[in-house]
Amino acid sequence: MRSKDAVVIGAGPAGLRAAKSLLEAGASVCLIDRNRKLGGQLIKQTHMFFGSEKQYASKRGIDILEILVDELRPFGDRLEVLNETSVVGLYRDKVLACVRHDRYFKIKARTIIVATGASEKSLPFENNDLPGVYAAGAVQTLMNEYGVKPGDRVLMVGSGNIGLIVSYQLLQAGVKVVALVEAAREISGYLVHASKIKRLGIDIMTQTSIKKAIGKEAVESVEIWSLNDLWEGVPGTEKTLAVDTVCISVGLAPLTELLMQIGADVKYVRELGGNVPVIDYRYQTSVPGLYACGDVCGIEEASSAMVEGSITGINAAIDMGYTFPDSRRKIKDLRDELKFLRSGPHAGKIRTGYAKLGVLS
Amino acid sequence: MIEKNGVATAAMSRKEFPEEEKMLERPKAIIECYKEIPCNPCETSCPFDAITIGADINVRPQIDFEACTGCAICVYNCPGLAITVRQKIADKAILKIPYEFLPRPKKDGRVNVVNRAGEVITEGKVLKVLDNMKTNKTALIHVEIDADHLYDAMTIEVLYGS
Repeated sequence: MRSKDAVVIGAGPAGLRAAKSLLEAGASVCLIDRNRKLGGQLIKQTHMFFGSEKQYASKRGIDILEILVDELRPFGDRLEVLNETSVVGLYRDKVLACVRHDRYFKIKARTIIVATGASEKSLPFENNDLPGVYAAGAVQTLMNEYGVKPGDRVLMVGSGNIGLIVSYQLLQAGVKVVALVEAAREISGYLVHASKIKRLGIDIMTQTSIKKAIGKEAVESVEIWSLNDLWEGVPGTEKTLAVDTVCISVGLAPLTELLMQIGADVKYVRELGGNVPVIDYRYQTSVPGLYACGDVCGIEEASSAMVEGSITGINAAIDMGYTFPDSRRKIKDLRDELKFLRSGPHAGKIRTGYAKLGVLS
Repeated sequence: MIEKNGVATAAMSRKEFPEEEKMLERPKAIIECYKEIPCNPCETSCPFDAITIGADINVRPQIDFEACTGCAICVYNCPGLAITVRQKIADKAILKIPYEFLPRPKKDGRVNVVNRAGEVITEGKVLKVLDNMKTNKTALIHVEIDADHLYDAMTIEVLYGS
């Protein structure tokens, strides 16, 4: 059986940064990702990032991906990368069961870092299983990673940053976005993103939702309607829009299945997106030697996932007996970065969520 | 209302311009970042220290119009594409805007100019297209328009689909 100091599950911004910290401390690391290319969601993020210079603000996600992957190159054979690999089992003795290209194998680790990220939530409405109904992130993958145009006329459902950004990227791909509907009273993502798509001709309708999709083999049109203050559809307000694609962007849920399998404590925290691991301030779960960081701990931005990954990697290395140069100051600086990323009006959910979890962010 | 439809009212946007229109005889950056978000590339990219946010990156940017030269470096560094540069020369206005669509407009070409609500308000003439390593895929377009639209012009029309 392969044996490593640390296995990092998920090579998105959190996992890549956790691997880097571990490698800098001298540990041997196996970085596992189920996709062919590393980088998680960064691979399709063609827009410029927010944040400060420390989190590569103003650079595009696709370029940040290159930076994060290049950072791992100097560590040579202390790093093993297993792409196209799924972790299918996680056991208390720190054994991971993996499948790569139909081959099953096991890895023994001293430390495991779970950075599995999140998956997109769905929305119940009539005919939501018709071809042409997509998660917004899936559409982003089709367009920006594979160069496939998802449709010609789109209804976007949800005004979080993903819904707003994917709408903009659909326009860039030459797709007509007929409207963006939002169930809440106000736009939930950054107003600069909303203004950006509004001036390019996309109608944003708040307190409005999709009632049903219509079509035989695939989506041919949709019915939208207004919602009252109780979020109920108001009969008589239905409007039909001719679209062939519906993008659902109604939030993300942390991918905690592996953490549940190994028996780590999880708690349902609505503000963090669903079930999240109960972590301490060092990102260790209730299972000693098992850590979690990034969106699996609560839905946030890639910038904070990177910072969390760095902190988690340093802590995990120290717990194994490695020394990390100037670790106290480094962790303090990283925590300050997180504090600023989470102090604005848009980070209220994260602050409330972490408070409920009993973790000081 | 911007929180509902994404459109800043004329009164809101006017506050982001210099009080004295005379100030716009030289090009100045107009920052339309109406809500606190954790972001500061406008501040760090400005070579003239004209934009201030400070240690807490959620604070809204403040611009010193005396120090701003209208160089437009912040325009293509702003991740929210929320900055434009505006200048008034006699009966014409020059707008420098960020543009991330293909094909790029051509120098001397005519384009439709739209306002914050996405409505076509006038035609403009493209004076310059800056699209290089520095602008990193966010082209900087200089457009000449009628001075009447100094305050409400926002971007040039993008023809998508049909």
